[in-house]
Amino acid sequence: MNHAQAAARFIDDRARAAWHDQVVWNVRVKRDKAAHSVPEWELLRELASQIKLHTMSRLAEYLEQFEREATRRGATVHWARHAAEHNEIVHSLLQARGVRHLVKSKSMLTEECHLNPFLERHGIEVIDTDLGERIVQLAGEPPSHIVVPAIHCKREDIAELFHKHFGTDADNCEPYYLAEAARQHLRDKFKRAEAGLTGVNFGIAQTGGLVVCTNEGNADLGVSLPKLHIASMGIEKLVPRAQDLGVFLRLLARSATGQPITTYTSHFHGPRPGGELHIVLVDNGRSDILGSDDFRRSLNCIRCGACMNTCPVYRRSGGHSYDSSVPGPIGSILAPARDAKKYYSLPSACSLCGSCTDVCPVKIDLHHQLLTWRRELAERGLVPLSKRLAMKGMSVVFRHPWLYRVAGTLARTIVPRLPRFLVYNRFNAWGRQRELPMFPRESFRDQFRRRHDDQ
Amino acid sequence: MTSRDEVLKSIRARRVPAMALPALQHDWVRYADAFAQFKSVVEAAGARCDRVATPRDIAPLLATFGEFQAATRTVSQVAGVAGTVALDDVDDPHDLETIDWAIMPGEFGVAENGAIWVTDERVKQRAIYFIVQHLALVLPANQIVHTMHAAYERIQPGKSSLGLFIAGPSKTADIEQLLVIGAHGPRSLTVIAVGPTV
Repeated sequence: MNHAQAAARFIDDRARAAWHDQVVWNVRVKRDKAAHSVPEWELLRELASQIKLHTMSRLAEYLEQFEREATRRGATVHWARHAAEHNEIVHSLLQARGVRHLVKSKSMLTEECHLNPFLERHGIEVIDTDLGERIVQLAGEPPSHIVVPAIHCKREDIAELFHKHFGTDADNCEPYYLAEAARQHLRDKFKRAEAGLTGVNFGIAQTGGLVVCTNEGNADLGVSLPKLHIASMGIEKLVPRAQDLGVFLRLLARSATGQPITTYTSHFHGPRPGGELHIVLVDNGRSDILGSDDFRRSLNCIRCGACMNTCPVYRRSGGHSYDSSVPGPIGSILAPARDAKKYYSLPSACSLCGSCTDVCPVKIDLHHQLLTWRRELAERGLVPLSKRLAMKGMSVVFRHPWLYRVAGTLARTIVPRLPRFLVYNRFNAWGRQRELPMFPRESFRDQFRRRHDDQ
Repeated sequence: MTSRDEVLKSIRARRVPAMALPALQHDWVRYADAFAQFKSVVEAAGARCDRVATPRDIAPLLATFGEFQAATRTVSQVAGVAGTVALDDVDDPHDLETIDWAIMPGEFGVAENGAIWVTDERVKQRAIYFIVQHLALVLPANQIVHTMHAAYERIQPGKSSLGLFIAGPSKTADIEQLLVIGAHGPRSLTVIAVGPTV
């Protein structure tokens, strides 16, 4: 199913689609308020972008430095070329220590690697502890948003789900009641776990440290009780110096949810006394993106989600319509880099309005990259036949002015006289859910000539 | 070739244009009254923020809180406040689950976002910050920096195995974006600032 088909399903429920649009937009509004409260916002964006581009220009050196420092502080660093290797490393760490229960905090990287089903196949219980992630895990769905994983769920859905799994009152959908039920349920899971896995928001090359940001405290609880902490980290997460965090942390939460900072911003340096810290550095296609002048900036991404909150397509089509671990504008750039054939439709799920580029805290030129992807996909022959033929036809018309004039005249004469079913049918995507604009009686060229003659 | 070497080789094979690492010295925002700004952001994050004149006033202040009066098991690493459980005697962090209140020192606060820096130095079980039902952080009222840039000039990351900013009680908005305070961590945060603000 391509994006347009999946989106069509989502908007079938018009009331729900409108509700989703509004809920996501509210997050964007909060972001605006927070961003406008910082006088040096634009300077911060520029600095963040420069720091990331600098890091990418010396990534190998910084990774080596990070590894050296992390090792010096007692952590063990592992390297994974791709998702499967990441999963194998995590599994072997768990297996060697007899771990049967793992608590996980939010990590889009482990979603990207499909770690949960892999570990479950090996008999390990994996519990996502972020409330939103736990909700979608219980529902058997992937997250639909990278910051608010269950943003597509209504509280009635959650009440029903919790009723089924925790035996709560199915009719009580009061958020405090539901969150309390999840707190009690997850406390048990935290207590039982023999290992905790977290993602990584930032790695500090200079000190070998990891920074993890959460509001719920689930990451911290998950790695403070058991002895084993595994951190899965994409190789692009590095910043050179600890002071660089001052720039990124001012941007991250404000861009994500409109908070001035997340409740917990934890800096881990080595294991806690008596514990173990294992860091898995994952490439999984990132070094390929690094080599592309067109798409390198997408590695700046700090996963704040601002681009999806502002995106008119994401808000109206829902995160699941992208069928990718990272949806929305940034997902539509990253996913085809991984599998162009599967995700060919995503760069077209964009009106090129440019709002994502405006809000991006690390200045990724998102809508330019999406346009570049369309060209790239066309060159690779990954555009559907209907579109290819249409493009070919347009190209012929635009290259021959006489043909363009004839086509225009014919369209202006014929289309307004056609019966409705010939214009509004399944072959004309432009006539779905909307009325086409009226055809003018005269072309621009005719109008211009007439007015010129009048003078 | 190991995976490590392959990843590094793959990175080194890419041509990436050079870009200088920018300096971070700028005229960052400064607040007329850093403490007032700090207090207002702390409260906006759902925490309580009180100022007392001397360390002797902390215990009497805590005694006025209903949840504190009801607490049976408490941990305190703040001088002048007595706890019922000594953290140094706790060998298994799981045993902390029944602690109602913890009163811990904070090093300094950040005016722009209400965050307080704490570490696990001299804190035997770092879980204490996350597992208790209610947390109080005590810091000198004159130790408020304006921005995160100033904060990172003070911090020595790596000095302790855990250092963190705490800004408010644990919370979630994962149910229809509606704010719920008390997710997995403390259900409340009380910030107690001690002494003069400047």
